[in-house]
Amino acid sequence: MRTNFRSWMLALPLTVVLALFLLLPMVMIFVVSFWGATEFSIYPAFQFDNYSYLFGSSVVWSVFASTLMYTIVTWVVTLVVGFTVAYFLAFHIRDTTTQMGLFLLCTIPFWTSNIIRMISWVPFLGRNGLANQALMGMGITDEPLEWLLFSDFSVILAFVHLYTLFMVVPIFNTMVRIDRSLIEAARDNGASGFQILTNVIIPLTKPGIMIGSIFVVALVMGDFITVRFMSGSQSANVGRLISNDIGLLQYPSAAATSVVLLVTVMIVISIMLRFVNIRKEL
Amino acid sequence: MLRSSLDLELVSVTKRYGDAVAVDNVTHLFPAGSYVCLLGPSGCGKTTTLRMIAGHETVTDGAILLSGRDISHLPPAKRGTAMMFQSYALFPHMSVRDNVAFSLKMKGEDAASRNRKAGEMLELVGMGHLAARLPAQLSGGQQQRAALARALITRPQVLLLDEPLSALDPFLRLRVRGELKKLQRELGISFIHVTHGQDEALALADQVVLMNNAVIEQAGTARDVFLKPRTEFVARFMGGHNVLSLEGKRYSLRTDRTRIVAPHEGGMNAAVTTSEFLGTHVAVNAIGAGDTELTAMIPEELFTAAPVEPGQSIRVGWHPADLHPLNQ
Repeated sequence: MRTNFRSWMLALPLTVVLALFLLLPMVMIFVVSFWGATEFSIYPAFQFDNYSYLFGSSVVWSVFASTLMYTIVTWVVTLVVGFTVAYFLAFHIRDTTTQMGLFLLCTIPFWTSNIIRMISWVPFLGRNGLANQALMGMGITDEPLEWLLFSDFSVILAFVHLYTLFMVVPIFNTMVRIDRSLIEAARDNGASGFQILTNVIIPLTKPGIMIGSIFVVALVMGDFITVRFMSGSQSANVGRLISNDIGLLQYPSAAATSVVLLVTVMIVISIMLRFVNIRKEL
Repeated sequence: MLRSSLDLELVSVTKRYGDAVAVDNVTHLFPAGSYVCLLGPSGCGKTTTLRMIAGHETVTDGAILLSGRDISHLPPAKRGTAMMFQSYALFPHMSVRDNVAFSLKMKGEDAASRNRKAGEMLELVGMGHLAARLPAQLSGGQQQRAALARALITRPQVLLLDEPLSALDPFLRLRVRGELKKLQRELGISFIHVTHGQDEALALADQVVLMNNAVIEQAGTARDVFLKPRTEFVARFMGGHNVLSLEGKRYSLRTDRTRIVAPHEGGMNAAVTTSEFLGTHVAVNAIGAGDTELTAMIPEELFTAAPVEPGQSIRVGWHPADLHPLNQ
């Protein structure tokens, strides 16, 4: 009985923190999502107006669709880039010191803030930016490319730039834990380099791929600032929808959108977890 | 020794890592169908030699011939060798059956035929009933058999085993050791077994190849290497020998032929340091003239009849025919 009480006491602080700062806000958002609002006030209620507006509006549907599009494209690109970088670091660099050095090099962009890293693309990609000048200088195009900046391209470019490291780290981490003798055993059994990749390395790296994917998906789906900056306010995602509502003090509507977004992200992640059991990795 | 066209031969094989020489100009013939133990202390080059034969390590100089064919630069799977790794290196994400069928899958065999062959191979090593398990669900001995089946399914002429028994507990080690020898006889292929345990080598090997400092110190049948050690290193490494200096020459003397004798008989005076009861024998350790460490294996009943205490002065004797001269 005493030990039981002690265990409960030990678990209490974390429970309180999670209840106060995670559970309670979520419950409040959920409750507020049923409230009503006028142009100048919000009032407690239990009505489905916010949700029926959300699901009834074609604008909202298309914003969700473009959020999903950003997520999928960013996920695919960060996965390919992240896997390649991690593979290079884990299998081609023999020397541990060089390995760690290059790994730290990957983190250098994170020494500055998100916003600065994003904005630094603007002078590079703009009409008279470095990229266009270089392309025109080399005679590849005659006039500046308009789609380089303030487009879906630049949004995804920024996402990839911001979030690839979240893919590299967990994948690298699982890769370095692969026993090198497994690769020799595969070679001993006649596997080619590509067969080793598909039959041994990718299956054993799956948990790392999943953890990285969860990071990237959650970050991209919840983002609002990157889309605003990099699309020049021409594109929207769900995050921006919420931030606009908040700007207009339409809290109930923002809360309802948040609930839908939360559920969407949870569905996506639970689908991913269906494929891989990451628990044995943690 | 009779040479056959299927022999494995190392010709002046050298492995250098920068300035360090891991294997130095080793030439040796491994007769076909024999059980060979590559024996030696850690860092002597035995594992590097094995890995060069397997193709997991490049040969700096020299050639490796199998059945008269130079295999030194072929990829591992094209050599006619298969390797069983020290930690078994089973693929943790595949069932035992898929592990064994892996090489067939790489060759593009269809699932039905490769699963049938893998099943047969697993039956051979007595693992048929565990085919669906994952490696993590197997005991050490079972993992070892699965790894063996995976190596044998490639139909190698030479099976290379890198310390195959080191991960097993002592009782299992004895049993598996017997099974390995039996399997080798049944299959009639060569086994090259790397180990640092001289008892393992003596028990298993048709031929013992003892390496030290990147070269072969002595090679021969287990009897020859044990009974006629060429050098002091061999005598000491194989164990069961005392090394004596008599009239400026070095001799080895088996500990079980070393006796405690009456004070006036021929031999050497010594002071007992310890005695260990080993069941059938008692090992009496003593220090003789010139700080020579001596061990006498006395049958238990003789020791009980005339026990000695640590600190006691004794005379250690031997039959002159038991002294075996060593190369300097």
